Amino acid sequence: MTLRTMIASAALGAALLSTPAVAVEIEYWQYYFEGRVTAIDQLIEQFEAENPDITVKHTHFPYAQYRTKVAAAVMAGEGPDVVQLYYGWLPDFMKAGLLQPLPAEVFDPATIDAEYFPIVGRMKIDGQYYGLPTAVRSLAMFYNKDLFKKAGLDPESPPATYAELVEAAKAIAEHDSAGNLLVAGITATPVAQDAHWWREVLIRQHGGTPYSDDGRTVTYNTPEGAAALHDYTDMFMVHDATEYGFMNESQASFAAQRAGILIDGSFRIGAVQQMEGLDWGVAPLPTQNGVASNYASYWVNGITRGTEGEELEASLKFLEFITRPEAMQLWLDVVGELPARPEVALTEGNLANPVYGPFLAGLDGAQTTEFVNESAQRQIWLDMIDRINIGGVSVEDSLAEAAAAEQKLIDEFHAE
Amino acid sequence: MYDRLTIHQKQAFWAWVFLAVPVVFFIVVRFYPTFDAAWISLTNWSLFREPKFIGLANYKEMFQDPVFWKVFANTFKYLALGLPVSLLISFTVAYYLDRVRFMHGLIRGLYFVPYLTTAVAMAWVWRWFYQPVPIGLFNDALSAVGLPQQPFLRSVDQALPSVLAPAIWAGLGFQVIIFLAGLRAIPETYYEAARIDGVGAWTILWEITLPLLKPTLLFLIVISSIGFLRIFDQVYNMTVDGQGGPLNATRPLVLNIYNSAFVDYDMGYATAQTMVLFLVLLVITIVQLRLLRSK
Amino acid sequence: MSAALHRPRIAPGRIVAWTLLALGGIVMIMPFVFMISTSLKTPEQVYDLRLIPLRPTLKNYVELFADARFLNWFVNSLVTSTIVTLSVLFFDSLVGYTLAKYRFRGRSFVFIAILSTLMIPTEMLVIPWYLMSASLGWIDTYWGIMFPGLITGFGVFLMRQFFSTVPDELIDAARIDGLSEFRIWWEIALPLVTPAMSALAIFTFLGNWTAFLWPLIVTSEKDLFTVPVGLSSFASENLTRWEMVMTGAAVSTIPTLIVFIVFQKYIIRGVVLSGLKG
Repeated sequence: MTLRTMIASAALGAALLSTPAVAVEIEYWQYYFEGRVTAIDQLIEQFEAENPDITVKHTHFPYAQYRTKVAAAVMAGEGPDVVQLYYGWLPDFMKAGLLQPLPAEVFDPATIDAEYFPIVGRMKIDGQYYGLPTAVRSLAMFYNKDLFKKAGLDPESPPATYAELVEAAKAIAEHDSAGNLLVAGITATPVAQDAHWWREVLIRQHGGTPYSDDGRTVTYNTPEGAAALHDYTDMFMVHDATEYGFMNESQASFAAQRAGILIDGSFRIGAVQQMEGLDWGVAPLPTQNGVASNYASYWVNGITRGTEGEELEASLKFLEFITRPEAMQLWLDVVGELPARPEVALTEGNLANPVYGPFLAGLDGAQTTEFVNESAQRQIWLDMIDRINIGGVSVEDSLAEAAAAEQKLIDEFHAE
Repeated sequence: MYDRLTIHQKQAFWAWVFLAVPVVFFIVVRFYPTFDAAWISLTNWSLFREPKFIGLANYKEMFQDPVFWKVFANTFKYLALGLPVSLLISFTVAYYLDRVRFMHGLIRGLYFVPYLTTAVAMAWVWRWFYQPVPIGLFNDALSAVGLPQQPFLRSVDQALPSVLAPAIWAGLGFQVIIFLAGLRAIPETYYEAARIDGVGAWTILWEITLPLLKPTLLFLIVISSIGFLRIFDQVYNMTVDGQGGPLNATRPLVLNIYNSAFVDYDMGYATAQTMVLFLVLLVITIVQLRLLRSK
Repeated sequence: MSAALHRPRIAPGRIVAWTLLALGGIVMIMPFVFMISTSLKTPEQVYDLRLIPLRPTLKNYVELFADARFLNWFVNSLVTSTIVTLSVLFFDSLVGYTLAKYRFRGRSFVFIAILSTLMIPTEMLVIPWYLMSASLGWIDTYWGIMFPGLITGFGVFLMRQFFSTVPDELIDAARIDGLSEFRIWWEIALPLVTPAMSALAIFTFLGNWTAFLWPLIVTSEKDLFTVPVGLSSFASENLTRWEMVMTGAAVSTIPTLIVFIVFQKYIIRGVVLSGLKG
């Protein structure tokens, strides 16, 4: 713990000493993801042991409903006191005034600037922070060593370039006599990080950019963007290395040993570690044209606008607790997501770790996408892929349609 | 005081005592929301801000929105497909079941059971049926007999009928029961007269049974039409993220309303769509009343 | 009875028809069979089409009930459906009786007004209801789930039809005997329409038990979910664990299905009587 956090904690403690200890209950919401639910339950247990006068009620929802439920509940003056939000939702939530700024006396902006990874700076608006992450995440490649061996590939040298990735995926894919896919070389489903891989990795590897620097213009409707989209869709449209939507979720086919390669976030580490009988490894994302890129994202914990008085004090205490270095270490151990403070993340042990290493390396120079409405933008991506996959539309036409739709969305957001 | 009232006044007094709570209820929970909906559809109410009157802008937006027309067409596809298919099956079942006595009650029960279940639970069972190999029952069965896999829920063409199937399946029992009641209500003398005349079974069906079944048929057409036009539970639970995909191929009007209101929070736009739904249902009901009266 | 009389005894055609009907009936319940069968399988066996699992296991059920969620949702569904049903029985029959048996100014106006609510689809009202609930703090409460259905236009219409068949003389005689107006309804008129009451009870309960759209909108806390909303959320959390999804579906369907099958005779009579669900 650094001196500054100690002072901050002490200040918080002093502030709270002045109020009598009455039992107070606060509510914490997040979306359902097994590892995260376990991690928060453990943190709540520790927190309640340390603060017997506070109970934390933990509620979670399926990802698909989560954003709606949070917004609707907070608008109605119900719902959580402390809430976990995807960083990409912040613009929407800010605009609706659903969050309150974190008080500078407890969470000093300068301290946060200094102690967190720079990407967290997106949470600072007009000098005030509106949320803090426990963990950050980047992308890497999980692969199944047994399937590599079975396909005659060396399990200790996973593909390092996109070209090698295609070859490996083609080699691993298995079909039955009727042509049904039995084992996917690489996963490609709507429930995955594929959109991020395309936007921030593949497009940039072709020399393009997904959006302008101010985030107001869509810039992927270019030959570079199309080439990158081909990189993705060719896996199932041309190479027969996979089938879009195979077994619904990318992680499911990987867990069932029916997919050789899974490009996913560090949050998947915990779940993959629990997959029985799976001999797996992690490698950095393949490079292309000599370019390495990555996508970093995170979920922040914010405090909702209606929270005040005792609940606010308890919420601040809880927020401080779950962003402590110890909490970050626990999060890393249980979920696998990387600590949001470099001092906790970039230890020698972590960097040398065969699992965390590639993710931590990816964090360096990673991009974050500036969303205006993450779920709507995600839907545009899904529709774009569906048009190519089952709608009979060419990659270029589908890309142009998606770019137009996304530009319209961004324009509407800024027009209001 | 009360004793001085006439019998009529006493009756009126008690009537209003009994009606007081229900009348307030209907005003607050039915009538006020109806007018409120009409008003909201003329505002840009988005939950996030104070509603502002914007005239018919929501309606204009709606009529220019290709997604609206897509879901509007989908809604009628559910009707156009679901109504004839379900009525044909249920009538056939009822027609023959009417003649069966051996285990009549049991067989009727088998057809009726799906009607008693939660649509949500059954939607998930059917969703599993439709999965590709190696998971889904239908595709596993197809590939076991050497037939090609079908995409079902993942195809723009097959998804809508696939979502519709459990809705038809669940409603079949209800239609069978109503048809059976209708068939039983036809006086035996009509059949006897026909048999004496030596008329064939087919002619009896067309000349006697079906015409006399017209009120039953009309009733079922209206009830079932309204049901298919309001389809929601199946679509929400059988498509990815409840979005009515792929590419909006299965999204009906009610799901689009739900999304506009509770995902996009665009209450104004959502209520404008509910007005369309209201009009569609109203027209169907009026047409039915006309047809019944003309009989 | 017509079926029994106007046709010949046993013809080959009827055996064929019977067989086809019975087969169709079995097909109708196959989804339940597969649902139960899969819920008794281990994850590895899900891909195995066998109807009777190789090594049936209750592991999925144990896991499902390890946390109390489903039990909680059952309680919510049971409490809300029961209260709504009782309210509907009381108010709908009282209003139906009043409109059928009292002469007063405004009677037909009230009747037509209530009847006209049948034309307004629920989907149009959920948004105003939601905004109303949000501003009055009814989100995530039993009251929020229940209030829209406490009195129904359909029930009023149904009960009015049935009370019309109760002879006026009976009521007048009771008045002469000095019974209060409330007791005349409760003790004299109501017992005469029990078939209609049981049909109304069954449909109100069934309709509320299976309702999805409104509970989905008005609840956001898991603790307040009803069975369908809870199952929907549970299933999307376990999207790829089909054995668990099937277990959830089985748990949500079977207990009520048993109850409904026991009462099937009355339900079918009710369907015919009222011709409507919910």
